[in-house]
Amino acid sequence: MTERLRSWIHANLFSSRLNGFLTLVMLALLALTLPPLLRWAFLDAVYAGADRSVCGAGACWAFIDARFDQFFYGRYAPSERWRINLAALVLALFAAGAMWPRNPRRTECVILLVTLCPLIAGVLLVGGVFGLKLVPTDQWGGLTLNVVLTYATTAIALPLGVLLALGRRSRLPVVRWLSIGFIEIWRGVPLLTVLFMATVMLPMFLPDGLTLDRLVRAILGLSLFVAAYMAEVVRAGLQGISKGQYEAAAGLGLGYWRAHRLIILPQAFRLIVPGIVNTVIDLFKDTTLVSIIGLFDILGIVGQSTKDPAWLGLGREGYVFAAFVFFVCCFSLSLYSQSLERKIARSGGH
Amino acid sequence: MRERARDVLKRLALCAGVSAALAVTTAGAMAQSSLPAPGPTVEAIKKRGELICGVDAGIPGFAFQDSAGKWKGFDVAYCRAIAAAVLGDPEKVKYVGLTAKVRFTVLQAGEIDVLIRDSTLTFSRDVQLGLTEVAINFYAGQGFMVRKSLGVKEASELNGATLCMVTGATLELNIADYARAKGVTINSLLFEKTEEAFAAAEAGRCDGYTDDTGSLAAARSTMKVPDDWVILSTVISKEPLGIHVRDGDERWRDVTFWVDAALKEAEESGVTKANADDLKTTSKNPFVMRLLGSEGDFGKLLGLDPEWALRAIKADGNYAEIYDAYFGPKALGLPRALNNLWTNGGLHYPLPFR
Repeated sequence: MTERLRSWIHANLFSSRLNGFLTLVMLALLALTLPPLLRWAFLDAVYAGADRSVCGAGACWAFIDARFDQFFYGRYAPSERWRINLAALVLALFAAGAMWPRNPRRTECVILLVTLCPLIAGVLLVGGVFGLKLVPTDQWGGLTLNVVLTYATTAIALPLGVLLALGRRSRLPVVRWLSIGFIEIWRGVPLLTVLFMATVMLPMFLPDGLTLDRLVRAILGLSLFVAAYMAEVVRAGLQGISKGQYEAAAGLGLGYWRAHRLIILPQAFRLIVPGIVNTVIDLFKDTTLVSIIGLFDILGIVGQSTKDPAWLGLGREGYVFAAFVFFVCCFSLSLYSQSLERKIARSGGH
Repeated sequence: MRERARDVLKRLALCAGVSAALAVTTAGAMAQSSLPAPGPTVEAIKKRGELICGVDAGIPGFAFQDSAGKWKGFDVAYCRAIAAAVLGDPEKVKYVGLTAKVRFTVLQAGEIDVLIRDSTLTFSRDVQLGLTEVAINFYAGQGFMVRKSLGVKEASELNGATLCMVTGATLELNIADYARAKGVTINSLLFEKTEEAFAAAEAGRCDGYTDDTGSLAAARSTMKVPDDWVILSTVISKEPLGIHVRDGDERWRDVTFWVDAALKEAEESGVTKANADDLKTTSKNPFVMRLLGSEGDFGKLLGLDPEWALRAIKADGNYAEIYDAYFGPKALGLPRALNNLWTNGGLHYPLPFR
């Protein structure tokens, strides 16, 4: 065992003079930075307290503790928060069905995930029917808002992206030009501009008295933006399908839509799942930009919480926590995507 | 001759008729204008059952949310007072947290009824943006917080010092103008976020920190040893913060203006949250009686009921009580200075209730 360890160290850390030198430099850097970091994050940290008077030299996790519920649920009324939990459970169940590789009815599950599931979750979160109290969207916030934005946007942008990708490869010139125009325009503007337009400009074009909910506006802006990226991902998948498949489909007497639905898209989707997951991870992180237009996602709530005089000046703890939450979410998505890639490689897909 | 006389008579009669008709219409118009007309905004608020108040997305003292998610702050207290005056309940407010970038467009678009978001009243916002600047509720200005060990009493003694500040052209420009006018050199060190600037000041990368006076007190309280820092009395810019509404509804402007005046008048005449109800029945001071609705019909003239100001005062107290709750010695500890009433050497001068 010690022999193996020694040879591993030799091969990986000290294989040459330069590598050995770099290893030593890195060790020295770690020795310099790690102890203070650990001391700050754990040893000197304060974990509980009512306000910032308990905070000392280390991290003040008491702040996170006091605001934990807000970071997750926003200002959603505490008595109604079970609805968010239930909606999350529903989403998790549908998602598990859609992601579980050996599910025989997986396609149906994916379709339900973008149709029935948003309906159930939407009814649960918004309320106003079936005896549920109406919770206006201005009270939504925290991580819930990030998830809602990501999910709703994906559910709109993915189908739209597929249509745009097909449109871009269409033989009908007007359809093709419109698709290309849409994709290139939306890919050519920064997301922040889109969000500002959706919040600030859109109300000016709407007739007087008609106001679109701010969250809806953000979702619309995000969806159109992401659809352009989805379209390019899907197009890459379509281009990865060999010409023979199209010809075979035509040979079977299938029309355009049936050929795509039965032959082309199922194969293309297997290729592009990692690309889609990548776009979704991007989107999830981009949802933090909505705090600029006054929606309080987790980052917005963290920023706002540091303005409470009881907890002033604890931005560091708040942002470390937000980064941690994002890392956990994005890394698990990424792991899923990697396992899919391995599966595709094993099954010898295209 | 007789014909001419008849003619004259005819004309006179015509004149009299026209005058009479005119008089009747004018009287009618006058009668109409004395009827309570709350204006479209108040009607919309009453129909909706809540006031939509635009506040800062988060700034210590002015507007923030506590651990339970409840909005608090100086500006928030104003929203509550207005809601109490119009709707009778300070809780009936929907708060919209706004960033500096979107605040005015959101008001223009009609998404909020009133903007009370530590926003400076300026010429261009009034004239160019189509907004009405109703009243000033907080006199701020760019001030300085420096290390006590420097032994500095005034900003003009800061020759050669380095100040940390947040980027945003006005802070740097004001400093540059001020330094040039005084013939001193003041270096600036810029940061994107206030937290970074505080940390840099704490770490000794600069001798002090400059920001609006409202934020300075908050900055001082986040320092490890607040007593090592002192806020200078020098203020180098004018930032009158206050209430904005849309152009076009004068009645609503009147309501918000007089709620502000009522809070200040209450302080001036010693009406507090606690004694307001008593004073309504016992006070013999005509200003207090008119303010609290025991005499006159001021509420009716505004299109509200007689107790509008009483409720506004009972929401979170008079101006002094609101100020003390968020900036007083037990809170952020910002001396009132310009925010005193005129009787105490400040600038708040409520127009008389007469």
